[in-house]
Amino acid sequence: MLRDVTIGQYFPGNSLIHRLDPRFKIVITLIYILMLFTGSNVVCLAVGAVYTLIAIYLSRIPLKMFWKSVKPLLPFLLITALLNILLVDSGDVVFKWKFLKITTGGINISVFMIIRIVLLIMGSSLLTYTTSPITLTDAIERLLSPLKLLKFPVHELAMMMSIALRFVPTLIEETDKIMSAQKARGAEIDTGSFMTRAKNMISILVPLFISSFRRADELATAMECRCYNGGEGRTRLRQLKAAPRDVVALIITIMFYAAAIAVSIVYKQLTK
Amino acid sequence: MENIIEISGLHFSYPADDGKEAAEVLKGIDLTIKEGEFVAVLGHNGSGKSTLAKHINAILLPTEGKVVVGGIDTADEARIFELRQCAGMVFQNPDNQIVSSVVEEDVAFALENLGVPYEEMRRRVDDALKAVNMYDYRQHSPSQLSGGQKQRIAIAGIIAMQPRCIILDEPTAMLDPQGRKEVMATIRRMNREQGITIVLITHYMDEAAQCDRVVVMDKGTIALDDTPREVFSHVERVMEIGLDVPQVTELAWELRKAGCDIPQDIITEQECVEAIQKLFAQNKAISR
Amino acid sequence: MAILETQQLTYTYSIGSPFEKTAVDHVDLKIEEGEMVGVMGHTGSGKSTLIQHFNGLLRPTSGKVLLDGQDIWADKKKIRDVRFQVGLVFQYPEYQIFEETVFKDIAFGPRNMGLDEKEIKRRVLETAHDIGLKEELLKRSPFELSGGQKRRVAIAGVMAMEPKVLILDEPTAGLDPAGRDKILAHIKAYHERRKNTILIVSHSMEDIAGFADKILVMNKAKLFCYDDTEKVFGRAEEISEIGLDVPQITKVFVELKKQGLDFGKEVYTVPYARDLLLKHLHGKAGDGQC
Repeated sequence: MLRDVTIGQYFPGNSLIHRLDPRFKIVITLIYILMLFTGSNVVCLAVGAVYTLIAIYLSRIPLKMFWKSVKPLLPFLLITALLNILLVDSGDVVFKWKFLKITTGGINISVFMIIRIVLLIMGSSLLTYTTSPITLTDAIERLLSPLKLLKFPVHELAMMMSIALRFVPTLIEETDKIMSAQKARGAEIDTGSFMTRAKNMISILVPLFISSFRRADELATAMECRCYNGGEGRTRLRQLKAAPRDVVALIITIMFYAAAIAVSIVYKQLTK
Repeated sequence: MENIIEISGLHFSYPADDGKEAAEVLKGIDLTIKEGEFVAVLGHNGSGKSTLAKHINAILLPTEGKVVVGGIDTADEARIFELRQCAGMVFQNPDNQIVSSVVEEDVAFALENLGVPYEEMRRRVDDALKAVNMYDYRQHSPSQLSGGQKQRIAIAGIIAMQPRCIILDEPTAMLDPQGRKEVMATIRRMNREQGITIVLITHYMDEAAQCDRVVVMDKGTIALDDTPREVFSHVERVMEIGLDVPQVTELAWELRKAGCDIPQDIITEQECVEAIQKLFAQNKAISR
Repeated sequence: MAILETQQLTYTYSIGSPFEKTAVDHVDLKIEEGEMVGVMGHTGSGKSTLIQHFNGLLRPTSGKVLLDGQDIWADKKKIRDVRFQVGLVFQYPEYQIFEETVFKDIAFGPRNMGLDEKEIKRRVLETAHDIGLKEELLKRSPFELSGGQKRRVAIAGVMAMEPKVLILDEPTAGLDPAGRDKILAHIKAYHERRKNTILIVSHSMEDIAGFADKILVMNKAKLFCYDDTEKVFGRAEEISEIGLDVPQITKVFVELKKQGLDFGKEVYTVPYARDLLLKHLHGKAGDGQC
């Protein structure tokens, strides 16, 4: 059933990672991504992997949840890896048959790329697993707030995002109801030919759109009644206060980044 | 007591749509409501009751006439936020008036908009949640709540503004009996304990029977305006308008029509039981 | 023979998750052909889950649903036919309307049944008449209609499939008294003409007490009772205890009985109460005058 789908993939909890200030978490994730992409050798990635595993351990979220987030991308990863193996021509030749040629360089690059992307997915999943979507939206709004000076509609975007998040469960429930109602009138939604199914989708989408418009209209009136007047002069109930642990986490991340760079320079020297 | 709502000579028509003529929805309404009153506005669909409610909050402005709420003319655009703080509005569909994914943040929404400082906001939000008995749910997501609970959150969101008056536009129409009871109990408490003026738009006569005063709307005018007891004693008129009277009132009216000596203004079960007993005592008919 | 029957019907949501919940728990039920049944129970009692089993929208976790003595899940491919035989009108059905004209929307179900144009037309016209929609409305867009009219269009959409059993989930929710009376009167007339089986889910006993032959009460996933209307109201106090409203007039007569004024009958409608009182006041003759 539709309502079983979890959206936002947030796992409520109270671990150290959960309690970090979301603004810091976003910045830390960005540094982490930078670390993965500037690191140009295996050692650098090893440092990244150690960092990731420590963070996951601290979050108390089971490792298999991270496997879940990687799994859907596996086919894509494997195809890219295969193309790399077959097309990159550098280093020693390992295997050769007619026009096919596999080289150590190709293998290296493939493995390297897979690890990098897996780490990337795991790291960003950690952010969304430990931060509720609404908190995330809030943090983004605050991090982007300097852009207001450039007339960028930061508040409006954040408000739109948070209303969208608020209505996801409502609309899932509604879709579910409309689907049942149309099925009761004999609409084939999960069975039947592609054409009938496509046609029957209309019987779900039209009512859904109409109801969304009605909701939007009513919500706008209700917001007006509660004195909503854009982002100007608003205060917030949700207070974000940076704690010493946030600064410590940031410093540790930067240290890891520095270590990764240092180790890779040493590694380069050694392998020369 | 001071008048909190003063409506005089109010006419309203929706602007003419292409091809369609402008239909007059409100045809000359005069109505004053005193501070602290608990008033039901009863009427069938299309009687103009919701349109009237929207005028109190300046969602609609009169085509003709005047609406003054808490001393502020609703047409005065400069004071619109002051007006909306004074008279808050709760709507029919609980889902479509909740803005945030966290209960307490939704209650805080109006205060955030008004720029209330954090400390005060925290206190007012907590007080409002406690007033509607939803404090334990402050961290929940609205999608986890029942209709009645959502509607109480919507009421808390208005209470947090510390209004003098709350207008509720059919707040129970989409709720189950349990939710209706919760919401009605909450509204009554707000009225009694905090002295907030309540204007309850409804088509449920049992809800209207709990109010101090019932205003019955019909075809854009006020048809009846009195205590529930008086209003419901006009059984024929009320039914003609397309509304119900309580079953006990209907029974008393039927019995009177058949020539029984039974009072016309029965609106509670207890009164009905007593009246029937009296009837049988007089009659000394078969009673075991 | 019973037209609808359940045998030990059980349905459990989200098995294996922390949200696991049994919504219908070993329900045995037999609904006879041609009956008008009122279905009651508060939110979460399992009544909505139960009725979604009758037309195969939900599949039992265990137990059976029999339509005309046949297990509806015996052949999974035929479940769509079951939906044509047991019509289900959901709550606020006007939110499922999607076609450009009223005619097309009512025709959606019959068209899915694969009927020919002539038959579709006959059914649309007939149901529109049954539910009190004037023929000139059929060409209009359903979105221009009033709330009560839209509701009737949506109900007609299911009626037009001419189901043997028609189930309506709170057909009067959110309507004003006039709209409510109109819809109930049309359903009643439809029932009298077609003599088919109808189940009406309602929160308001006052609405259904007047014309349901039988009443089915669900409580906490179990069947609380299923019996003749009068017998069910004989248990008014038990019904109040499980948190359901009984008609105000029933409460009055329960109280009168406590006070020693017993008329020996269950009372649940105003006209009946009036006649009963007049009869007793006036002695045995009962000519309807005091």
